[in-house]
Amino acid sequence: MRNLIFFLYKYYTFILFFFLEVMSLVILYRYNNYQRASFLNYTGGMASKFYESVNSASNYLSLRRINDSLMYENARLRAQQLNAYYQNGFTLSSIVDTVYKQQYQYISANIVNNSINKRNNYITIDKGRLHGIETDMGVIGSNGVVGIVTSVSDHYATIRSALNSNTKISAMVKKNGAFGSLEWNGDNPRVSSLLHVNKHVPVEIGDEIVTNNYSTLFPVGIPIGTIKEKSLEAEDNFYTLDVALFTDFNTLKTVYVIRNILKDEQKNLENNLKGDH
Amino acid sequence: MIIDLLTYLLRFVLLLLIQLLVVNNIELNTYINPYIYPLFVLTLPVNTKPWQVVCISFVIGMAMDTFSSTPGLHMAATTFMGYLRIYFLRFAATKEDFESRISPTLSKKGPAWFLFYAFVLLFFHHLLLFYFEVYGFSEFFRTFFRVFLSTIFSVLLIGLGQILFYRVANKTNG
Repeated sequence: MRNLIFFLYKYYTFILFFFLEVMSLVILYRYNNYQRASFLNYTGGMASKFYESVNSASNYLSLRRINDSLMYENARLRAQQLNAYYQNGFTLSSIVDTVYKQQYQYISANIVNNSINKRNNYITIDKGRLHGIETDMGVIGSNGVVGIVTSVSDHYATIRSALNSNTKISAMVKKNGAFGSLEWNGDNPRVSSLLHVNKHVPVEIGDEIVTNNYSTLFPVGIPIGTIKEKSLEAEDNFYTLDVALFTDFNTLKTVYVIRNILKDEQKNLENNLKGDH
Repeated sequence: MIIDLLTYLLRFVLLLLIQLLVVNNIELNTYINPYIYPLFVLTLPVNTKPWQVVCISFVIGMAMDTFSSTPGLHMAATTFMGYLRIYFLRFAATKEDFESRISPTLSKKGPAWFLFYAFVLLFFHHLLLFYFEVYGFSEFFRTFFRVFLSTIFSVLLIGLGQILFYRVANKTNG
């Protein structure tokens, strides 16, 4: 009888352990397989608020660096403004522009939490649903691509950074359009890999890698990095290019979330296509 | 009793804060990601009831998950580690330990015992954590290397912390 009680006692702990472990695994599985499940909604942005208050203190120490990067960006944008160009034409058209229709809008945000050394890195920003951010929007920094929005609460959003095994960004070599998929192998936060680039297209070390328009996340030509090394893949038909990233995730403080106004239109059209088969 | 509870609660919060604000920011490289928060589970008194250990492990894992937006990851790893602790102590702790209700710390059990204890449990914790994080065996050896290095570094940090803090505590207790 005593043995039986002792046995049940042991068994009871195991049942408890088993129940909790299975519960954790189910949560883990659900989150990994249904990316849309928004974890932020369950925690109510509590963690984000915590990091924001910590960050407001630590940000003070890096104000100079933030300023420098913003000044640099301002200078670059000023150089792109219309009044920075000498007017070569004779007249300026004053009609309502029907040739150019705005497709992308940018929402600026501050980073409140970031990691770079985990296998799967995430970034939390201080803008959310109320500011027009939705899941699956592209995110860029002042130097280049940063990541993709995964979940959104009212005031915060989490971004799957480019330094994450689940982030795949469609990219190309700028000079000739040879395209591939940008994935991070987890080794070095300054280097990512562009996989499956057709071997027959000539690429050189030092060529610039930019986004292409195969996905609806980024406009064409957002800089990503430069080719650092190239190697043949196992089947000898494709190159894997090591890309030195322009974005320094370690010092990143501000980002822009990209809203693609025509995204739904494109998605709907592509979904109709799938219905045809 | 209430004082004990408050002490543990304080230690829980303190360890989480150290993990989130200090240790998570030690960014040496991608192979070294130390985790010291399991120390809370490691140093629970030897005679803590098994179901309590499992529940506490689960809760501290949940807290970590909330703050690192990785649902289920730390929960799964820490719960497993908590369960393992029960069996480890059943073999490695003496009868006197259970009777005197000590906490298995460095100063109470000696450096060799404690570091071995911390290494074994943290190794399994990190093993689950890093493989679940990658979510597959596609990078088997690279992940294993990461587990190994991070475990060594975590044990090192925990050992240092034990030397610094528990020495002081012992002295004040006389």
